[in-house]
Amino acid sequence: MAFREYKIGARLFGVALGLSMMITLYMPSLNIVEVGSTEMGLRKGLQYGRIGGFSVEDPFLKGEGKPLTVILKQDPRSGEQIEPVYAYVYKSGIPFTSAIRHPRIMGKGVEDLSLDTGRIGEATEKAGAVFVVSEGRWQGKKIHYIENATATRGWTPDVIMNSVTDADVRYIGAGKIMFVKEGCWWCHTLLPEETQDWQVFGAPPRLGDFNSESPTALGSDRKAPDLLHIGSRNSSREWMMMHFFNPRLVQPHSIMPRFDYLWGPADAQGNTIDYDKWRAEYNEYTAGKRIYPPDVPEPAANSEARKLIDFVLNLK
Amino acid sequence: MFKYLFAKNEEIPPGTAAVYFGFSSILWFVIGTGLGSFNAAKLAFPDFVTGYEYFSFGHMRQVHVMAVIFGWISMAFAMAMMYITPALGNTRLWSEKLGIWNCFLWNAGLSLGLTLLWMGMTSGREYSDFPWFIDLVVLFGVILPLGINVWMTIMKRRTQGIYTTNWFFGSAVFMVWIVLLVGNLPEYFQLTGLTEAYLTWWFAHNVLGLWITPVAAAIAYYTVPKVTGNPLYSHRIGHLHFWSVVVFYSTPAAHHLMSSPLPEWLKSFASVEGVLILVPAIAFVSNLLLTMTGKWRFFVDNVEIKFTITGVLMAIPLNMQGGFQQTRAINWYIHGTGWIVAHAHLALLGFSTFLEAAAVYYGLQTIMRRKLYSLTLANFHFWFLLIGFTIYWVSMTIAGLIQGAAKIYEVPYIDTVIAEHPYMIARWVGGTMVFTGNLVWLYNMWMTARAGTAIPAGRLPHELAYER
Repeated sequence: MAFREYKIGARLFGVALGLSMMITLYMPSLNIVEVGSTEMGLRKGLQYGRIGGFSVEDPFLKGEGKPLTVILKQDPRSGEQIEPVYAYVYKSGIPFTSAIRHPRIMGKGVEDLSLDTGRIGEATEKAGAVFVVSEGRWQGKKIHYIENATATRGWTPDVIMNSVTDADVRYIGAGKIMFVKEGCWWCHTLLPEETQDWQVFGAPPRLGDFNSESPTALGSDRKAPDLLHIGSRNSSREWMMMHFFNPRLVQPHSIMPRFDYLWGPADAQGNTIDYDKWRAEYNEYTAGKRIYPPDVPEPAANSEARKLIDFVLNLK
Repeated sequence: MFKYLFAKNEEIPPGTAAVYFGFSSILWFVIGTGLGSFNAAKLAFPDFVTGYEYFSFGHMRQVHVMAVIFGWISMAFAMAMMYITPALGNTRLWSEKLGIWNCFLWNAGLSLGLTLLWMGMTSGREYSDFPWFIDLVVLFGVILPLGINVWMTIMKRRTQGIYTTNWFFGSAVFMVWIVLLVGNLPEYFQLTGLTEAYLTWWFAHNVLGLWITPVAAAIAYYTVPKVTGNPLYSHRIGHLHFWSVVVFYSTPAAHHLMSSPLPEWLKSFASVEGVLILVPAIAFVSNLLLTMTGKWRFFVDNVEIKFTITGVLMAIPLNMQGGFQQTRAINWYIHGTGWIVAHAHLALLGFSTFLEAAAVYYGLQTIMRRKLYSLTLANFHFWFLLIGFTIYWVSMTIAGLIQGAAKIYEVPYIDTVIAEHPYMIARWVGGTMVFTGNLVWLYNMWMTARAGTAIPAGRLPHELAYER
């Protein structure tokens, strides 16, 4: 390097950059690992599955390799009525969410309860498992933890899926993939801001609301309403259906793109969707030649539209 | 290009890699701004090209961003490094062949990455959208070969000292490599939650702060003294600029997430460091403007200086915004609005693009030994870029202020959308002007290669008169 100054400079450069990394990476990580997961954080992790962007199990972002969320109104084994409970069903081979793979990220108390009382350590991806979120006490405080219902209650994925119909199943994990793939988060944030937004968009997320979720897709450029609590503001599946098919059906000034292509070739009844005909009729409607717009087809059970609607309605 | 991939290093004419990088960057600029214009049209007219998954806004938006950052800006940087680093070391590029391979891998990797993004194969993380295997291509096929070439050229230089530009080049390639490595950890290791959110913005902040800003500035440190003939006003201020970039610009990542539940100390720290970004900014701008002393006629007469100084002047509003908009006092109002979009374009399309365009103009003429084909077309390019950008920036800033007000008073969101509509149209007009200007630039540079007057040995491009 020829000059002594360059040697000193190179070392100072290393020190400066190292110090900046220490402050911006290492020190925050000490705070972040201490965060105990909230109930919302646990549920998000369980319903979304392992990772929400590109992954080995789902390279083309079709929503494969994701758990199912099932609403149970009766015990799947005994058949007796119970308080409705969300069960997160990981069929055999579906990768577990990070909270199960690395219980440490749930934070101290949640980790202990989930391992000891919830017996999540006994779950294996090979056999599959069913998880629920339960309430417990840790150091005198009421906290939520993950319970491996396959171990504690004998609810295997097969038992659950045989006891419910498609109406009780929510494709939330796959729906998150649609949310990421279709770029909903380029306009819709998932981050009501702390300084305002409370009245319309609801409470900002709390510290432990994210553990085990990836990508968080908070969004940065809000061109449309925040969606973190959209399911609480608007729980109409019908409205969502029309809005996704053509937003101008329910909101004439909307600049949202039409997501009609998520319906796929056929509707819920198996009839082929004639998009050209629909658009032609819609154009007649906007031109004032029809009184009513054409009906929006009901999305098929396995369509991407259904998954996305499941995801959005579940943002509560 | 392909015939050089397997040629002996000595048989490749010096500067070949820079020429390939130069034309690639212009081509990506045309593609990137074309996509930008298309996206803007969709925001103004939502039913413009509707019903196709691959032409929906959500699939196209990130392709635009990644095409301009990794195609246009970063390739223009590579082009500048390929010819400026050896020129300042009074030597040849360490390996022209590595440069050619670098250019090939870069174009191939970026084309693949953008195609996958377009199809929807995304990590879902802004600015680090590429799936992790594309990140690995960027790390090892794009940045590392570039770094090796730059570092080795500096090591093998035939001058005693290292000029300011080369400190920046050498360190920025190193820093961006680290940033790419660390910023994508969530994808390699499936990190989740706040760690993922924070690292996303740690990456986004640092790729701008430790790559785009310092390298663009370093280019100006070369272009202005080279063309005007004035020595750099102060190397000591250059030192201040360099060290304050390393210390202050690498730390405020958390100010992108002021409204998220990150540790409060981190947000406050980031905010203070964010204001200190004004230190390198003022050092840079004053140093360059003082270097112009007595040579301001170049600002009117010469294409490269016109671009460079316009870029330097844009650094003033850019950093005034950047320094203060991230403080809690202001951030709560403009966070997540079009104001930020305007600011991002001021940084990338205003400040940085104008500096790189100058480097590409100057470098291609120097290496190809051809005088610029047409001054008229270059001026057309300049004014279309400047006016188009200004329309964009003004309209998006106004839209952002509208969104901010609507956000504070929590008016029904649809009223914001309605109020913004005229500015969305203006943004599309501005973006389309930029795209048009770039098409003209591509033609002009192509004609320079084909029909520009040969520059005699021992002469520099700016010493010859413009002919058209």
